[in-house]
Amino acid sequence: MGESYKIVVIGAGPGGLSAAARAAESNVSHVLLESSPKIANTIQSYQKGKHVMAEPGILPLRSPIEFEAGTREAILEAWHKGILDQSVNIQYSAEVSAITGEKGDFSITLSNGETIQGEHIILGIGMQGNPRQLGVPGENAPFVQYQLDDPDEYKDETIVVVGAGDAAIENAVALAKHNKVYIVNRRDEFARAKEGNLNLILANIDSGDVECFYGTNPSAVEMTEDGETPGIFKLSTPTGEADVPVHRIIARLGAIPPRGLVESFGIEFPNDDPNSIPALSSQYESNIPGIYIIGALGGYPLIKQAMNQGYEVVEYIEERDVRPADHDLIAAKVSKVNPALDVDDILHEMQERIPVFSDVNALQFRELMLESDVHMPKKGEVIFAKNDYTNSFYTIFSGDVDIEINESLTVASGQGNFFGEMSLLSGRRRSATVVAGDDCIVIETPRRTMNKLRASVEAVQRVLDKTFIVRTIQQKFAPNTPLVALEPVAEKTQINQYAPNEVIFSQGDEGDSLHFIRSGSVTVSIDVDGHEVVMSYVPANQSVGEMALLGNTVRSATVRAAVKTETLSIDGESFNTLMDSVDGLRESMQKMADERSRQNVSTQESTEDGDDLLGFLIGQGLGEATDVLLIDENLCVACDFCEQACAATHNGTSRLNRKAGPTYASIHIPTSCRHCEDPSCMKDCPPDAIQRGGVGGEVYIGDNCIGCGNCQQNCPYGVIQMAYRTEASDNFWRWLLFGWGEKPGSKAAAKSDGDTIKRAVKCDMCIDQNGGPACVRACPTGAAARVSPEDFVNLMS
Amino acid sequence: MAMHTSFLTHAKGRYLWIAVLVAILSSLAFIFDEPTEPPNGGTPLGYTLGTIGAIMILWLAYLGRRKRNFVKGWGTTVGWVSAHVYLGCALLVIATLHTGFQFGWNIHTLAYVLMVCVILSGIFGVVAYRTYPGARNELKKTKSLDDIFLQVEEVDAQLLRMASDAPEDIRNILNSAIERTVVGGGFLDQVRARDNSVVELNGRVESNKQQQRALDYLLGRARELQGDQLKLLHDIIRIFNTRKRLLSIIRDDIRMHAVTSVWLLFHIPITFALIASLIAHVFAVFVYW
Ligand SMILES: Cc1cc2nc3c(=O)[nH]c(=O)nc-3n(C[C@H](O)[C@H](O)[C@H](O)COP(=O)(O)OP(=O)(O)OC[C@H]3O[C@@H](n4cnc5c(N)ncnc54)[C@H](O)[C@@H]3O)c2cc1C
Ligand code: HEM
Ligand code: SF4
Ligand code: SF4
Repeated sequence: MGESYKIVVIGAGPGGLSAAARAAESNVSHVLLESSPKIANTIQSYQKGKHVMAEPGILPLRSPIEFEAGTREAILEAWHKGILDQSVNIQYSAEVSAITGEKGDFSITLSNGETIQGEHIILGIGMQGNPRQLGVPGENAPFVQYQLDDPDEYKDETIVVVGAGDAAIENAVALAKHNKVYIVNRRDEFARAKEGNLNLILANIDSGDVECFYGTNPSAVEMTEDGETPGIFKLSTPTGEADVPVHRIIARLGAIPPRGLVESFGIEFPNDDPNSIPALSSQYESNIPGIYIIGALGGYPLIKQAMNQGYEVVEYIEERDVRPADHDLIAAKVSKVNPALDVDDILHEMQERIPVFSDVNALQFRELMLESDVHMPKKGEVIFAKNDYTNSFYTIFSGDVDIEINESLTVASGQGNFFGEMSLLSGRRRSATVVAGDDCIVIETPRRTMNKLRASVEAVQRVLDKTFIVRTIQQKFAPNTPLVALEPVAEKTQINQYAPNEVIFSQGDEGDSLHFIRSGSVTVSIDVDGHEVVMSYVPANQSVGEMALLGNTVRSATVRAAVKTETLSIDGESFNTLMDSVDGLRESMQKMADERSRQNVSTQESTEDGDDLLGFLIGQGLGEATDVLLIDENLCVACDFCEQACAATHNGTSRLNRKAGPTYASIHIPTSCRHCEDPSCMKDCPPDAIQRGGVGGEVYIGDNCIGCGNCQQNCPYGVIQMAYRTEASDNFWRWLLFGWGEKPGSKAAAKSDGDTIKRAVKCDMCIDQNGGPACVRACPTGAAARVSPEDFVNLMS
Repeated sequence: MAMHTSFLTHAKGRYLWIAVLVAILSSLAFIFDEPTEPPNGGTPLGYTLGTIGAIMILWLAYLGRRKRNFVKGWGTTVGWVSAHVYLGCALLVIATLHTGFQFGWNIHTLAYVLMVCVILSGIFGVVAYRTYPGARNELKKTKSLDDIFLQVEEVDAQLLRMASDAPEDIRNILNSAIERTVVGGGFLDQVRARDNSVVELNGRVESNKQQQRALDYLLGRARELQGDQLKLLHDIIRIFNTRKRLLSIIRDDIRMHAVTSVWLLFHIPITFALIASLIAHVFAVFVYW
């Protein structure tokens, strides 16, 4: 049996380091187990010299180890010094592979077979996962590495890069400048890579700078005793075995997400959603008593949060009462509700009064309140107006509000209820105006926080969906019918999810239901001589398939999800009952159906010459756009004033690339943000710096961006750049008359304001400018226009 | 409704109608005016038209400033350009009436001639703006210029690979033709789509315009070779022809791109000269008359 400790900390990231240091400081017997040979593997893998930020700025740091914004190197250095000063007992290259036992008597197994005993376990292994190994004999040879810090470090070596993803390609191309580089691809093509990287690697292979082994698997790594190179890489290629003498092997095969491992310890996740987070108590304890989870793995994606939790969790284990570091922040938010009460009591009261939050655990609710705002609007104040682009979620702590759905219909809603779920779920504009009533106190929760909650607490998701369904039916089809009367129809309504391009129903099918699109969008196409031609595009908040319910039981067109789409399907029988009971509904549905057939006929006429512009636009992913820059190539004189205008109004970096991007007929889609309905860029931003809002629903990046580059990776359209924030300095008359200074809008006109980190920049739709986007305003010929998908059909006429 | 509206049809051609109206009103005024002396710049109507014309010239020239007002700036640039082109044409009528058709070898007529030059170059510009973008798009079949350059690079690499198995003289001529291909060049070369490519043949450097010299040489060699070598040469010729075609697309595209802006090199400097002579003209009128 191995050694025994009171606290075993797993993972030497910021969370684990801080926990172990606090244990050391309080003389508690402990060990810190780190799978890699150095501390903080995630931070080690940031790019060299990266400026690491200490967000959120308002949160105080509580840890025996220092941390303030600075370069990656300085921070790692400080942490290293910190654990030496505190005499932390750390074991490197100690990868934990199993945990058994129970509180007070856990047994932790390392991948080298060793076991360690512990009373409590603090799990801080982050979300990065471990790099996938080569999986062949010799995979641990000293010249095999799984990451590349600085390609310029190596010169005149023979290097084999294994992998076919973006990381492998970027490494191979960068190394090829000074080395002989091979790339090993298991498949026959580079299917997983981004378009830009695909072109890059193909060009390099073509020019002979990189040599590629397609359809090839590694079979062994052998060390050489006295050869010219330290090793030989044995490969099995489609034409037989090949031996490559190598100085270095770099395997970029992706990472194994940590979830499987964590589940094998017995820790439960609420559902299969990859974003879901294990349920934790307010003291970070998991479903297994004695195992605590901190940092990124527990859903806290920033360094400072992880460090604070490391400290706190040791205090909890030691049964010392500490207030979480964020206590004062929460207090500042909620005490105005009732200054006489303690913060924890107020939080408790909130959960009591608001049923949607009753199934949420205390820690999650705390986190939610940390990100939410409490508002106490005066009577008559507008909380949000119809057609606003905001998408936060509101719950009513006390008092009531009036929800004005249209001129003739206003419903009241009171304590414990919620509103704003329609835009939350659909990503579309507000469908009603909400006005504060007497003594109103509401809690506003950002969309991202709610989405995280929906992913982890099923009850929240269920309640929201149920409410969404009845309210949608009321708003869309039966505005004057009370909600209770709609319950029977709502009961039978289903929520369906479709992947991009998935068929919702096909031309010729038996039609028996109507689909209301709650998020995403669909295309309607018909079969023309065996080709599917897109006739129209239907965005969220509208319905399709209504013809089937009006007696026409065979589907006259094929409807496909243009992007990831969710629909509510209402079956024919229920809907007919609804049409019988609601005055005018049948007529208005009939009118809508007629309008649609008329539109289809006119589109059909304009598409007869085989042009499928709509299909092209949707194929380029514009179905998920809310606002996209399209250039008419028949008008564009390539003066690039659009780019200059963008640079001049955005600190010297143009956020659009006019030349790049595809063209069909005369319509060109430059590389520029499309302000997606459900933006991928927003999904994984540690400080939540990407927001959507304003009058136009722009997606924009705030000043608290930490420059991690996640959004750049996540945007499927390559529109985000990492750039220094600079200030534009130009003076037209001086430039014109004396040739001083820089030409307005030129790159050089930007001057650095001393900011030393690259942060994400992209189109913000000129949110701070009067008169709309500068690119469009600056175009002298009318070639540049901003278009929303609803208008695509107009492009064709 | 189409999504894009050009500067000519901007706001349903509002400025066209305004310009036509301005031209008709000033013509009517001129026709019904009965000055005491023969019509010229000095009659009351002459002064009025002159003042309007001078203000218009300054306003037209101000477009150069307005175009670069990215941050603030009233209206849209396309609206300004629309007004600029139509009212600029109306200026021709106003200024001509202002002269009362009295021309001579003097500073006044110089100003008028410069103005006409600016206006004519502007009209050329409008034609260029409305023809070349579409023609360029048609030429490149929705590909970008960069794509075509990449294609040429690919073709070059392919030719060089094939050349490694071909006789030495063919290898040399391909190497030299590829290496010494010139596209673009100075502005004048661009506008005239001049091809300065050369090729080295038997130690002599010869013009290789349109890659013709090299192609002729390859075709000549095709009569001499046989068997596998001939087959290889045929492939090379086929690919070399593709290269020739791509290069000519690039050159045409560059030419049209250059022409789309070359006229501004007249339009703008003459505008400066015009303003200078306009000042001299006004000065002369008030000081010496
Ligand atoms: C490119 C990038 C830039 C970022 N920039 C910033 C920034 O500027 N500011 C900021 O606050 N946040 C930033 N973040 C987020 C920040 O890195 C994470 O929030 C933080 O590292 C999470 O800390 P952690 O302790 O939870 O986990 P991690 O830092 O991920 O540490 C986990 C550790 O556990 C080890 N481990 C994993 N599995 C095992 C196992 N089975 N056995 C033993 N050990 C194991 C790993 O090797 C690793 O060392 C950035 C993230 C990225 C990707
Ligand atoms: C005396 C009369 C005119 C003057 C002083 C004048 C002056 C100018 C100036 C200063 C510019 C800005 C160029 C730049 O900075 O890029 C310009 C642009 C232009 N002018 Fe004129 N102009 C006149 C008449 C006309 C006329 C009659 C036409 C057409 C019928 C015309 C068509 C244009 C066009 C198409 C542009 C380019 C717009 C752009 O690309 O932004 N101009 N002119
Ligand atoms: S940055 Fe990319 S993902 Fe984000 S809104 Fe723009 S186009 Fe969509
Ligand atoms: S400003 Fe208009 S004409 Fe100029 S490059 Fe941009 S889209 Fe083309």
